[in-house]
Amino acid sequence: MQRIGVFVCHCGSNIAATVDVKRVALAMLSENGVVFADDYQYMCSESGQLKIAQAVKEHNLTGLVICSCSPRMHEATFRKAAEKAGINPYMVEIANIREQCSWIHKDIEQATQKAIILARAAVAKVNLNSPLIAGKSPVKKRALVIGGGIAGIQTALDIADAGFEVDIVEKTPSIGGKMSQLDKTFPTLDCSACILTPKMVDCAAHEKITIFTYSEVENVSGFVGNFTVDIKKKARYVDSAKCTGCGLCQEKCPSKKALSEFNCGLSNRSAIYTPFAQAVPNVPVIDPLQCIKLKTGKCGLCEKVCAANAIDYTQKDEIITREYGAIVVATGFDVINLDNYDEYAYSQSKDVITSLELERIMNAAGPTKGHLERMSDGKAPKNIVFVQCVGSRCADNKGKSYCSKICCMYTAKHAMLIRDKYPDVNVSVFYIDVRTPGKNFDEFYRRAVEEYGVNYIKGQVGKVTPEPDGSLTVHGVDLIDGRQVKISADMVVLAAAIEPNASVRQLATQLTASIDTNNFLTEAHPKLRPVESPTAGVFLSGVCQGPKDIPETVSQAGAAAAKVIGLLAKNELTTNPCTAHSDELLCNGCSACANVCPYGAISYQDKEVNDHGIRETRRIAMVNTALCQGCGACTVTCPSGAMDLNGFSNKQIIAEVDAICR
Amino acid sequence: MQELKNRIKQLMEENVAQRALGWKKGEFGYDAQAAFFESTDELDDFVYNGFCGANLSKYMIEACKKEGRTIICLKPCDTYSFNQLLKEHRIQREKAYIIGVGCKGTLDISKIKANGIEGIVDIEGADMFSSENLLKIKTVYGDHELAYSDALLERCNCCKGKEHMIFDEIIGESADTVSADRFEQIEKIEQLTSIEKFEFFRNELSKCIRCNACRNACPACNCRKCVFDSDKFDSAQKANSDSFEEKMFHIIRAFHVAGRCTDCGECSRVCPQNIPLHLFNRKFIKDINMLYGDFSAGSNCEENCPLTSYSFDDAEPGKI
Repeated sequence: MQRIGVFVCHCGSNIAATVDVKRVALAMLSENGVVFADDYQYMCSESGQLKIAQAVKEHNLTGLVICSCSPRMHEATFRKAAEKAGINPYMVEIANIREQCSWIHKDIEQATQKAIILARAAVAKVNLNSPLIAGKSPVKKRALVIGGGIAGIQTALDIADAGFEVDIVEKTPSIGGKMSQLDKTFPTLDCSACILTPKMVDCAAHEKITIFTYSEVENVSGFVGNFTVDIKKKARYVDSAKCTGCGLCQEKCPSKKALSEFNCGLSNRSAIYTPFAQAVPNVPVIDPLQCIKLKTGKCGLCEKVCAANAIDYTQKDEIITREYGAIVVATGFDVINLDNYDEYAYSQSKDVITSLELERIMNAAGPTKGHLERMSDGKAPKNIVFVQCVGSRCADNKGKSYCSKICCMYTAKHAMLIRDKYPDVNVSVFYIDVRTPGKNFDEFYRRAVEEYGVNYIKGQVGKVTPEPDGSLTVHGVDLIDGRQVKISADMVVLAAAIEPNASVRQLATQLTASIDTNNFLTEAHPKLRPVESPTAGVFLSGVCQGPKDIPETVSQAGAAAAKVIGLLAKNELTTNPCTAHSDELLCNGCSACANVCPYGAISYQDKEVNDHGIRETRRIAMVNTALCQGCGACTVTCPSGAMDLNGFSNKQIIAEVDAICR
Repeated sequence: MQELKNRIKQLMEENVAQRALGWKKGEFGYDAQAAFFESTDELDDFVYNGFCGANLSKYMIEACKKEGRTIICLKPCDTYSFNQLLKEHRIQREKAYIIGVGCKGTLDISKIKANGIEGIVDIEGADMFSSENLLKIKTVYGDHELAYSDALLERCNCCKGKEHMIFDEIIGESADTVSADRFEQIEKIEQLTSIEKFEFFRNELSKCIRCNACRNACPACNCRKCVFDSDKFDSAQKANSDSFEEKMFHIIRAFHVAGRCTDCGECSRVCPQNIPLHLFNRKFIKDINMLYGDFSAGSNCEENCPLTSYSFDDAEPGKI
């Protein structure tokens, strides 16, 4: 028989204003097993915890029910307090009478009734609780960073500088990410490549960092401190160890029709290519869909011209398996597909471009060598119109509901740079709002308007019509003047929304990390744990978590690194004792539990059992408690009830339901 | 039938298998039962006719515990259950020699009796392998005739198909018996208001005497120890203590077999109270088909059940 103490927290007025806490405490005294009940202003405070310790001593308590805020807030606090007072920490249950009661109700009578019911359920559960002992597991002192953009690079550098090994897995042939495609960066207008490439080189040179480019995460198993990851190294057809990066192969390659991914398809590249001049590693890859040798068996020019003998057409994809203590997701973003926005004529005219494409056009290494030209006829544009929020802040399902955050600033940057270099070009910007909440951001925007004479028009564009003479008519509305406007432009630049890289959905499944409705990875807590995923050991860096600019990305990358360093610095971790186990006499060995287990924690063993005198060998489910996260999917799937979860047993849950329905 | 019997005898004599799992004739012409035949002598009582409705798959669990191999006779629809049991590792393929037997539909004795035919002594024309569509029924009050196709079990009127999903050899041919849509009645019930639905099921389930025949016959209900028999749970009881419990038994059973039920119809066939228990399972099957695309439990051993697997295309809760 348990001796249970119930402690009802006022949480200042958070609970006490809506719930009659004294009545809740009083009602609990008549519950089975309860020998003590009291209320207090702040149970989580020092003195609140002291009250618990005193009550444990005086009343010889064996279990505690704390009626307070969500267990996500203070379960750990009260478990520690219980342990200090000499009670097993898993003999504590929280009845959430704040988030699930006082905050959402107004009627004191009803809220009090509900608080009593919730407390009753917690008491019913504690009556069936048993002490649990947490185990220990070792920590593999190496981190994996998925994605080699500025977020991944910065995270990797920070972790490596602390002395831990880091692997970067990057899908494309080079690290650098989106930042490497940018020409200038706001609000300082320094050259993107000039500040990024030193970091790329640092990564390559760092003795603690291993870079796997042209590689993807194939499979993830394990748990915090002990992940095992299969990495697929795609066939490069070039031996990285031999290649000197001379570039002769790319020059001689006769297949030059492929669209350059780096230049957003605005120029061509050869079948054997490095995406850009400063690529790290400076080792080309052969695109098997474009290479004449790989497609037809003829050609082989690159092999002939390669003095280092680095070309190897027989290379195959290779899977390597590595172990990690922590994983950082830094998969970044893509610009949305503009198929839904045909009114802007993106698919109809070469002179309607995205801002990222403009970035390449303005760049000296871009398709036009940095000259501002129309992609249709190479003529210099005289009138340019920028359209903001293309697919961002959409009320309908056509685009994204969120603000892409970076567009206002990069458009101001583009407008300013164009007006600076080509003062005779008219630049108009259609906007919903101009959002500049960053250091020196508003000053930057005002310079575009005041010093550079960029024509900002508050309003949206309804349609862009390509005209027979090659110009584009932009039909918009000026909300301040309250009139329709029609502008004849030579070039239209769309600030297309950004979205998480498409690979993130599958990756999130592999990592059992959660994503929101927009495919951004979710944080463990939006304010207090913004760089951690709810899945232990998985951390978030950069735009995969939400739209952000470079300074923010770099800060977050550093924060994620700090969290990883904190984890890797530990020698062992405490494991959660709330894991599943199977009753070998009830188990059918049907595999239903293993099918639903997201952690691969269940395997089967042919085991000899003694079922009331019948000895036979049976196929029995076995749970690897190191892998089990206690999600309980197996317990609800098991038809015979053989699977049960420590701390959340079927009996405990039914007792809670019974107490609520009583 | 003789061909089937001879083949079983031959297989046992050649030591391909040590015993056979088939049907043996009962006291009357219409009450054949599932039976193990441990020797060729016992095969004298072997029958295979329209009254051999019993799905033998589940008996394979016991057969697997015996020495050697067992010949098992499976009608096309029974093979789905066999596959499902294989998939759930409850039986071993190598312990069975499967004779897929042809089927022209199984008979419902209560349908025959519903024609006012009483005091039945013998029924001729129930042979599975004859193309004759006439039942000659001898009773103590005289002779009757009834078309074979008019006396079929409901499940045979909406037969899943005449293909055996798994077999070592096939004996006899199968005939098409489909004359109704499997989900017609479900659609009708779906049209009812929630109060009418509740009334309908309360009325049907109130007939339940908790004999457990449905559970015991169901090939999906193959737990070593049923939760309703286990003292580990508060759900264990033989008789219902109130009207809620009889509903709870059937509803929990339907949930336990959801995604695993092959719609073999044994639950309704064996129910002594004629409760249309298969309706619960069919509703689940219909919903699974709608939410996840057509899925037929037991059509093979590889395909994952949509309820215990995950894919990006899965229906999102609340977006149906």
